Amino acid sequence: MTATPEDSDLTDHGLDLRGAGRVLAIACGALAREILDLKQANGWDHLDLRCLPAILHNHPERITDAVRKAVADNRDRYDEVFVVYADCGTGGLLQAACADMGVQMMEGPHCYAFFEGNAEFTDRGEVTAFYLTDFLVRQFDAFVWRPLGLDRHPDLLQMYFGNYDRLVYQAQTDDPALTALAQSHADRMGLRFERRFTGYGELQRDLAHFAVQA
Amino acid sequence: MSEEEDDIILSELDDDELVQQMQDDLYDGLKEEIEEGVNILLGRGWAPYDVLTKPLVGGMTIVGNDFRDGILFVPEVLLAANAMKGGMAILKPLLVETGAPRMGKMVIGTVKGDIHDIGKNLVAMMMEGAGFEIVDLGINNPVEAYLDTAAREEADIVGMSALLTTTMPYMKIVIDTMKEKGIRDDYIVMVGGAPLNEEFGRAIGADAYCRDAAVAVETAKTLIARKHNQLAAG
Repeated sequence: MTATPEDSDLTDHGLDLRGAGRVLAIACGALAREILDLKQANGWDHLDLRCLPAILHNHPERITDAVRKAVADNRDRYDEVFVVYADCGTGGLLQAACADMGVQMMEGPHCYAFFEGNAEFTDRGEVTAFYLTDFLVRQFDAFVWRPLGLDRHPDLLQMYFGNYDRLVYQAQTDDPALTALAQSHADRMGLRFERRFTGYGELQRDLAHFAVQA
Repeated sequence: MSEEEDDIILSELDDDELVQQMQDDLYDGLKEEIEEGVNILLGRGWAPYDVLTKPLVGGMTIVGNDFRDGILFVPEVLLAANAMKGGMAILKPLLVETGAPRMGKMVIGTVKGDIHDIGKNLVAMMMEGAGFEIVDLGINNPVEAYLDTAAREEADIVGMSALLTTTMPYMKIVIDTMKEKGIRDDYIVMVGGAPLNEEFGRAIGADAYCRDAAVAVETAKTLIARKHNQLAAG
C-alpha cells in the first residue's frame, strides 16, 4: 500500500511512483491522492503514476511544455500514457500537444469541471463562484493566499475577489474537518459558502476507461 | 520603511526630487504619500495634467516595466495602482476644469462570463492617464453592451478583456457581430488578458492584442494617429 503523499510535496515537487506498471498516468499533483485512491480501490496494479508539481496550476503557460516533456521521457517505457489534466488555462495548447503526441487527456476546462461533470458544470454557468477541491482546500495558502500577497496585504482582497459572491467547495470526500477548513477560507474571503459533494466524478469514469482498456 | 525614509519631508524637496520621490512612493504603493505629493505639486502651481503624467504615469510605467520583466508581481502592481488611483481622484475634477489633451474615447469591459477585472482596470487607468476618455462597462458584458455603448458614446476604441480561456472566444463573437452589422471599421478593437496572445488577436480579427497596460496605451496612440491620418488623406 502506498503512503499518502504530503500535500506540500505534491505542490512543489509532484510525485514519482513509476514502477513495473504497463501503463502510465501523467497527472497534476493536485489529483495524486484521488488517483492513488482509485488505483488501490480498483486493484489497478498495472497503472503507474507520475505527477507534476501542482503549483503549475498557478502558471498555466508552463503546463504544456512540462507535460510534453513528461510524455517524451516516459512513453518508450510504457504501453500507453494518459494525461490526467484538463485544459487548465492552457487555451487549447495542451490538447493540441496531446493530439500531436498521440495521447489521450481529460476533457473540460479544469479539474473542478470534470469533478462535477463537464456538462453540469457548463450548465450551471456560475461566473461568480470561486471553486476549491479537497486538495485546494488543504493547500489554500500555497495556491491562493500567499501568491496573491494577501498574507502581506489583506487590503487587496476586494480587488481580487470583489466580483465573486460565493466559494463553492467541491468535496471529493466526506471530511467534516476539511469542510470546516473550506468554510473558514470562505469567511476569510468574505464569500458565501457552499459545499457540493462531487466524489471523483469524471476522473473516476475516464481513468477507469483508460486503466481497463489498456 | 527605514528610518532614513521616515525622515523625508515631501514638502521640503524641490520639484525634481519630489517627482522622483513620488515615483518611488508609487512603486512602493504608498497611497497617502502620493496624495500628499499631488497636493504639494498643485500648490506649487503645477498644471494638473503635468502632475498626472510626470510622477504618476511616469512612475506607473516603471512599475509596468518591472512587472513585465518579472521584478514585480501582481500584488505590488495592485498596490501601486491603488496609490495612483488616490492621486487621480484628486486630479480628475481638476483635469476636467483645466482641460487636458483629448486622445480619443474608449469603451472597455470584460467579456461575457468573465468577472476578472484587474487587468481591465489597470488598462483603463493608464489610458485615462494618457488622455483617453474611458467608458468603463465593468464586467461580464454581452455583445450589445459593447456595441450599444460604443455607438451611443461615439467611441473610437472598443477594448475587451478576458482572464479565462473559456471566455476569451467571446471576443470573436463581438467582432463578428460588428462585421455583420457593417460597423467593424468604425472602431479600433483592442483585446487583452493573461491567456491571450498575438496569434489569437489576429485570428479573431482584432486590430491589436495588448500584452499589458503600457502597451495598450502606446498601441492606442499609434492606431488613433493612423486613423486620423487615413481620415485626413481620405
